[in-house]
Amino acid sequence: MVDIFKGIVENLFSDGGWRYFVMWAIGGLLIYLAIKKDMEPTLLLPLGFGTIMVNIPLSGAIGAEGALTTLFNAGIANELFPLILFIGIGAMIDFGPVLSNPKLMIFGAAAQFGIFLTYCLASLFFPIRDAASIGIIGAADGPTAIVVAQQLNSEYVGAIMVAAYSYMALVPIIQPPVIKALTTKKERLIRMPYKGKEISKTTRILFPIIITVIAGLVAPASVSLVGFLMFGNLIRECGVLNSLSETAQKVLANLITIFLGITIATKMEATEFLKWQTLLILALGLFAFIFDTAGGVLFAKFLNLFQKEKINPMIGAAGISAFPMSGRVVHKMGLKEDPQNFLLMHSIGVNVSGQIASVIAGGLILTLVAS
Amino acid sequence: MSNFFTDEVKARFFDSLKDMGEGMLCIFIVIGVIILSIYGMNAITNKLAERSKPKDDE
Repeated sequence: MVDIFKGIVENLFSDGGWRYFVMWAIGGLLIYLAIKKDMEPTLLLPLGFGTIMVNIPLSGAIGAEGALTTLFNAGIANELFPLILFIGIGAMIDFGPVLSNPKLMIFGAAAQFGIFLTYCLASLFFPIRDAASIGIIGAADGPTAIVVAQQLNSEYVGAIMVAAYSYMALVPIIQPPVIKALTTKKERLIRMPYKGKEISKTTRILFPIIITVIAGLVAPASVSLVGFLMFGNLIRECGVLNSLSETAQKVLANLITIFLGITIATKMEATEFLKWQTLLILALGLFAFIFDTAGGVLFAKFLNLFQKEKINPMIGAAGISAFPMSGRVVHKMGLKEDPQNFLLMHSIGVNVSGQIASVIAGGLILTLVAS
Repeated sequence: MSNFFTDEVKARFFDSLKDMGEGMLCIFIVIGVIILSIYGMNAITNKLAERSKPKDDE
């Protein structure tokens, strides 16, 4: 008995033992943010609890025979969990707003600017593979960030995931000041009447197949990312697999999410997480989100130079993948400026385009770095 | 400062800058092709739907 307590005291109060306390505090903070602030609770809560589990001295949850390490090897090291989660995400998304106004998709491309700019900036401090993995935080898409970081063998998967999911939850705080700083009141007041068109079932079915083929031909590394997302969408739209679609949206997505958060915590060990690089990654992640937003807004302003029918540049900001938060943020900002200005259908259209574009950007990053 | 900008850092930075140019160009091309294909799909399916509608004079 005395030996057990001696062992605990030795581990906790030895040189570097303070790290355990710091990681417990970080785990507690993640759980607090999930429960009290409702910040991405489905991921931050398991991640916070897992952080505490793996930072108990001599924890049996990690190591060669640890349950969490086994889960990590079975589902994240081979990118299986995030890819399966994409089936659920694809089944949840209605691409109707994009299909009825396809040109909105261009903002999804413009809003990936932050990813590549952050990649450049991060390359000043990190090896190229880590820099690319950090840049992808700007995709505002947790599963894409995990797949890219894991495929590029980055040693900062834990920090990257914390940054990606925390900033996704902070979209309503991060985006409005950036949008306001880059637009004038007159621009924010631009009204965009919505002309919804009926989309045929054939188009809805062909869309996921065509996207997979086009993205796959340009960036073969993106086939699994885009393919799983679009497979989920095909299940939704085909009309003959309703029960599978419902399972993918609810049961499958929830099940994978539980394991994803707690399993990623294996990368939250004190020795791996408590480094100055983690702080730098968090700062670079914020930079990526800001410049993604700026990229979308500035591109819309640029297009307005040539258009007769002006676009409200705020909708460009919804091109980041944080769905549907970003679309709603833009819609609310529009209503705040003018209670009769309904931008929701446009902003949601741009937002789902951002989902597709961010996955393609992830595949492009993999292809470019590998080459 | 010159210690920070070693040849290795400079090489990495210029590599990533090149990737950035290629990446943004590629993403615009891919999205552009997708937009065109959606317009194409919409046009074809609308035409097919019009053809399958019974004409008034028939």
